Amino acid sequence: VSVQGRANFKILRDTSTLRNRKSFPTSAPNTPVSKGQSCPTGNDAQSSNGTSAQFSSRLSDRHMCTVLLVLVVGLSFSTRLYKITEPPHVCWDETHFGKMGSYYINRTFFFDVHPPLGKMLIGLAGYMTGYDGTFPFMKPGDKYEHHNYWGMRGFCAVLGSLLPIFAYLIVLELSRSETAALIAASLLIFDTGCITISQYILLDPILMFFIMAAVLSMVKFNQPFSASWWLWLVLTGVNLAGALGVKFVGLFVILLVGLNTVWDLWRLLGDLSLSLVDIAKHFLARVVGLILFPLFFYVTVFAIHFVVLNKSGPGDGFFSSAFQSRLIGNNLHNASMPEYLAYGSTITVKNLRIAGGYLHSHWHLYPEGVGARQQQVTAYLHKDYNNLWLVHRQNTQSPTPDLVRHGDIIRLEHKETTRNLHSHLHEAPLTKKHFQVTGYGNNGTGDANDLWQVEVCGGQKGDLVKVLRSKVRFLHRATGCVLYSSGKTLPKWGWEQVEVTCSPYLKETPSSQWNIEDHINPKLPNISLSVLKPHFLEILLESHIVMIRGNSGLKPKDNEMNSKPWHWPINYQGLRFSGVNETEYRVYLLGNPVLWWMNLASLGLYLIMVAVASVALQRGFSLKHSHVLMRGGGLLLLGWLLHYAPFYTMGRVLYYHHYFPAMLFSSMLTGITLDILLKSADLLLRPPYSDWLQRAGQLVLLFTVLHSFYLFHPLSYGMTGPLAHEPGSSMAGLKWMDSWEF
Amino acid sequence: MLQLPLVVTAQVDLVLVLVSLLAFWTRLSRLSYPNAVVFDEVYYGQFVSLYMKRVFFIDDSGPPLGHMILAFGAYLGGFDGNFLWNRIGADYPSSVSVWSLRLLPALCGSLCVPLVYLLTLELNFSHLAALGAALLLLLENSLIVQSRFMLLESVLIFFVLLAFLSYLRFHNAPNSSWSRFSWLLLSGASCAAAVGVKYMGVFSYLLLLGVASLHTWNLIGDHTVSHCVCRFMCLVVVPVLLYVFWFYIHLGLLSHSGPHDQLMSSAFQASLQGGLSRITQGQPLEVAYGSQVTLRSSASQPIPCWLHSHRANYPVRYENGRGSSHQQQVTCYPFKDVNNWWIIKDPGKQKLVVGSPPQPVRHGDVIQLVHGMTSRFLNSHDVAAPMSPHAQEVSGYIDFNVSMAAQNLWRVHISNREAESDVWKTILSEVRLVHVNTSAVLKLSGVSLPDWGFRQLEVVAEKLFKGHSSVLGWTVEEHRYGTSQEQKEREAELHSPTHIDIDRKMSFWAKFLELQWKMLTVKQEDSEHKYSSSPLEWITMETNIAYWLHSSTNAQIHLIGNPVSWGVANLSLLAYQLLAAVYLVRRRRGIKDLPDAVWCRFSCLGCVCVGGWVVNFVPFLLMEKTLFLYHYLPALCYLYVLSPALLEHAHTHLLSSAIQRQALGVCVSAVLLTVFLSYRNFCPLTYGSPELSANQLQGLRWRETWDILYRHR
Repeated sequence: VSVQGRANFKILRDTSTLRNRKSFPTSAPNTPVSKGQSCPTGNDAQSSNGTSAQFSSRLSDRHMCTVLLVLVVGLSFSTRLYKITEPPHVCWDETHFGKMGSYYINRTFFFDVHPPLGKMLIGLAGYMTGYDGTFPFMKPGDKYEHHNYWGMRGFCAVLGSLLPIFAYLIVLELSRSETAALIAASLLIFDTGCITISQYILLDPILMFFIMAAVLSMVKFNQPFSASWWLWLVLTGVNLAGALGVKFVGLFVILLVGLNTVWDLWRLLGDLSLSLVDIAKHFLARVVGLILFPLFFYVTVFAIHFVVLNKSGPGDGFFSSAFQSRLIGNNLHNASMPEYLAYGSTITVKNLRIAGGYLHSHWHLYPEGVGARQQQVTAYLHKDYNNLWLVHRQNTQSPTPDLVRHGDIIRLEHKETTRNLHSHLHEAPLTKKHFQVTGYGNNGTGDANDLWQVEVCGGQKGDLVKVLRSKVRFLHRATGCVLYSSGKTLPKWGWEQVEVTCSPYLKETPSSQWNIEDHINPKLPNISLSVLKPHFLEILLESHIVMIRGNSGLKPKDNEMNSKPWHWPINYQGLRFSGVNETEYRVYLLGNPVLWWMNLASLGLYLIMVAVASVALQRGFSLKHSHVLMRGGGLLLLGWLLHYAPFYTMGRVLYYHHYFPAMLFSSMLTGITLDILLKSADLLLRPPYSDWLQRAGQLVLLFTVLHSFYLFHPLSYGMTGPLAHEPGSSMAGLKWMDSWEF
Repeated sequence: MLQLPLVVTAQVDLVLVLVSLLAFWTRLSRLSYPNAVVFDEVYYGQFVSLYMKRVFFIDDSGPPLGHMILAFGAYLGGFDGNFLWNRIGADYPSSVSVWSLRLLPALCGSLCVPLVYLLTLELNFSHLAALGAALLLLLENSLIVQSRFMLLESVLIFFVLLAFLSYLRFHNAPNSSWSRFSWLLLSGASCAAAVGVKYMGVFSYLLLLGVASLHTWNLIGDHTVSHCVCRFMCLVVVPVLLYVFWFYIHLGLLSHSGPHDQLMSSAFQASLQGGLSRITQGQPLEVAYGSQVTLRSSASQPIPCWLHSHRANYPVRYENGRGSSHQQQVTCYPFKDVNNWWIIKDPGKQKLVVGSPPQPVRHGDVIQLVHGMTSRFLNSHDVAAPMSPHAQEVSGYIDFNVSMAAQNLWRVHISNREAESDVWKTILSEVRLVHVNTSAVLKLSGVSLPDWGFRQLEVVAEKLFKGHSSVLGWTVEEHRYGTSQEQKEREAELHSPTHIDIDRKMSFWAKFLELQWKMLTVKQEDSEHKYSSSPLEWITMETNIAYWLHSSTNAQIHLIGNPVSWGVANLSLLAYQLLAAVYLVRRRRGIKDLPDAVWCRFSCLGCVCVGGWVVNFVPFLLMEKTLFLYHYLPALCYLYVLSPALLEHAHTHLLSSAIQRQALGVCVSAVLLTVFLSYRNFCPLTYGSPELSANQLQGLRWRETWDILYRHR
């Protein structure tokens, strides 16, 4: 085995002479035996000069290699596609993503916190397989009946099936060991969690597909400026853009690839045999392939998104007036209204901050202890009857419609509650540096604190206020502050709407600027307004800010059991996909606990092994697997960390399934760790005993994986009948943790 | 035999002495002005008072060492703790020695200046650079303000600087001398002190550990292991032990019960004098059939409370139209009350008194709970609870003859029976009450009932419970063996207080762990403060904090830094990073601009100063706390060490001609002059005197976003 081991080490040296020139300065002669030990992959240029004996052994190895790959492919697809149409009703988040797929088919505009690529692909898959977009996806549990839903599920499942295959190839590339690759692949193939999350109409399988594909392409590109190098470079870029285009979690894999690229360039920089021109070429190639090209691809996805969705829908209110005017069916599309703001008009006022809401009030008071106990005034992102305000003169009501001018003093009366927009010297609820804004008075009678001075930005005294096009500020007469939307979400008492304050800081910012969006005045003639169509880049920026705001706005609710990041690696609690009662068809998203705990243990083991190896190297010993351990394992550990650690700092609501991308890296790391651990048996025993130990370990591992899958497979493929804590259940005795709910 | 001549040679660094004297002068002069509570003194002051009275408190803002240092100053000044800290700007009475309250932080603040001087020397830069760093620190208005009051930042900065200084002394000392390990020990102790003053000290401690482990890593290759063990002991074990030691003193000092008792477990409370211990002393330990008990919920959220019932029934129909059982309400009540008493009854027997010998209740036993005042049985059934409809209602059972059978059997489940014992013990055991018929668990839902429930907290029986949760646990707090057979007698008995004397001990470690855990998890409502700011505003000093305003005039004190030094600091940070990037790339290409020793010094400077800035600044970007400008001061101090050192580096290694060097000298003098002028300019806002006119104040408002206060006359 030691021969084998050393041979492996040689292979490493051969294929990555560039990579580890510093770590392995001794130049041992190439032993031809080494060539046969590993699967020759496509770009293994040095493997072509063998003798005929080796050639035949290589042939059988290549054969073996293909067989293994086919096995992985077969198992992976069969586990994912088995019972794909069960249960025939909407499960969990299918209600969102299925619905959004339908929106693409119907071309209706909507708003979601994730970028569009994943939902576009779901929509496309549905469209190709004959789904007509008519199913409403109202709530989980709705029966699909005659609707063609299998196409969308199947598409996700196919992408999910590719994950173990990618894992196999990545680990093979990093470690040159089929055993490691096979361990990693089998951990994913037989993980109930991975199976479940791949089988439904969700963004996660698509996201994970792009993440794994990006990592695979990244580890594959290492023969500079060959055709395959360019191909892998471009593929990395495409997949990065794809990952980001599905969910913002894709940023983590971008970070991973970015760090790897920086490391790579740093290595090249230290290679004094390369001229500066070469390095510049390397650098530029990566800039183009990993930054410019993905950016272009990503932007294209958004362009398609905006072109396809051209009808007004539920997402309109999140966007600016200019944006809304592009949507067919929106009231601002080819709008026609009085051109200049007039007294007596009914208006809606929209904040100009990106994703700012409409000025809004409702029949609810500020709670005790929050400023004065008067009616709430907020900013609201949806179109609503409570967004309507009446424009009045300072005191008398004039019957003739007169136009409002820059510098005029007005009163804004809330149409529904007849209270005036009011401010006073109380602290605002969240932004304590500002003053509170309330609704005050009755039937339009209030006090001097209800008066606001209209100011057109960049205007002069006497200028008229253009509807939709003027940026307007409202200055409070009594205190001199300016009406402001802070963008902070109010707590439950404010219905989680956005805070509106009066800011004493008079700097002009979009937060203190408003525009008049709807303008109704029957006494004035309507004029068709062609609102300036926004530039594509403006739309792009706007939609991103709206998405980011939406994401950070997803705060955990008080009464909900909250998933914490530390729950995830220990498999503390899963997610109910379908069914609660005994009679229902139940699917529960939970990782195969045996495999997950094995992953967790391997993480610790990996750290110990690295520590031991580093100290040994520092003290001058040489270890044969240390390069794979540190370089390959380090990359995967970094991937795991990048996909896991950031969740600790996130304020938004978190779910168990957020861990799955990290879990992919963790499983691959387990593959490498356990493989090296078993191979290190020769440090303890002499051959052939160490060889036997290694084989025995592999067999035990295989048996554990298969048996645990046999035990837990009903989690993915559905259970009916009694719950697990009762005898007679298919899961009887398997509820190892109280927190599991099956 | 004495040998003559007897000679003593002493070397005195006069520059060092001079800057130290200046530091003392700027920080200590007129320390008792203003004679009023300034900003966060109102916060720390209350704890100082509690130390003086030795009353237990819990403060989530930081470990106890900082508070104890402040309290020590107060103790030296003879402060008796009798001052009500309720309002910023309140005048101190003559009985309070303001000077002594503020002395220790001001001393620490002054000592930072010579420390920075020495630190620069230890980083192997010249005395001139050291002088520059000391001057920047000396003339920094924000540091002066922060040092002159009863606040903790200056103490923190002092210990952090001391830790780095002594570590570098250790590192630079010749290998042979063994006395150098005393420096290492001092470094470890300072680290413990820094972390003990504010959690923020952890950032600097980790940086120091990082630097030290880098140095140690190089040793692993060629040295014996004993060196590494020694370093580990001094820099890890000693600080941890010292940190625990601060808590030991803290707990030793605070022996009386106080306002925050209720946040702690019953066992902890019982270890404090007065309060709960007065009630519980001498209670029987083992809960037996017939015991009279009060049951406290283990959850301290939303508020600590006791299982309670009273003569009022659930309304027949709730506001939303759902029906109830109309039986007697069971709630959780946050005050001591006679209605909190329950009697534990053996379902098989009728009597409500403790037999002799008492028959203790064990894990797994089935009991009934009888409400002491109303004699209703604790009951649960398949009726939705009032506020949490997914859970079962819990009621005091009344037989209305509507075929609702009593379901009043509960199984005792002692959660911590491994740690304690199988027998249900007062205060020590945490118990779950499992409903026998439905397997639901008695739970505090934490929701307030509407008016019909007197706004008390809802108690339910939860069917689908998940894992371990404190809302499911209950502890017997007050306990006595019931003796009265008759209801009337029993009521009188319940009204009488419980008392006998035995001391209940809780080990220091248990107390320490509980206190530390509570301090980290107790969440105070974080809301924005008028002067709170976000970290990005600190770099450009977009924000200030008004500390104090004279009650009648415009005299005021603000936390505003010296804008010129601030700019110098930012520039040097940027310059270092650029320079380091250029050097690194060129070295990577095999071009060595600097000799190895100089490069080593340069990178060490970066590790300590830029690293120090990063670890003390970046974490704040991720925090969701209310943050203030003074959180930036530790990070800023690192930059003040960096700036002059970088200038010296530029002078010796980047500028080749004499003219360039002279020009640099002129520039530096000019900058120092402006630093001084800007310091003078802001002095009125730093020291709170002299009073300025509104126009002068307006002139000092260099930034739009600063809040300067004007008094309307």
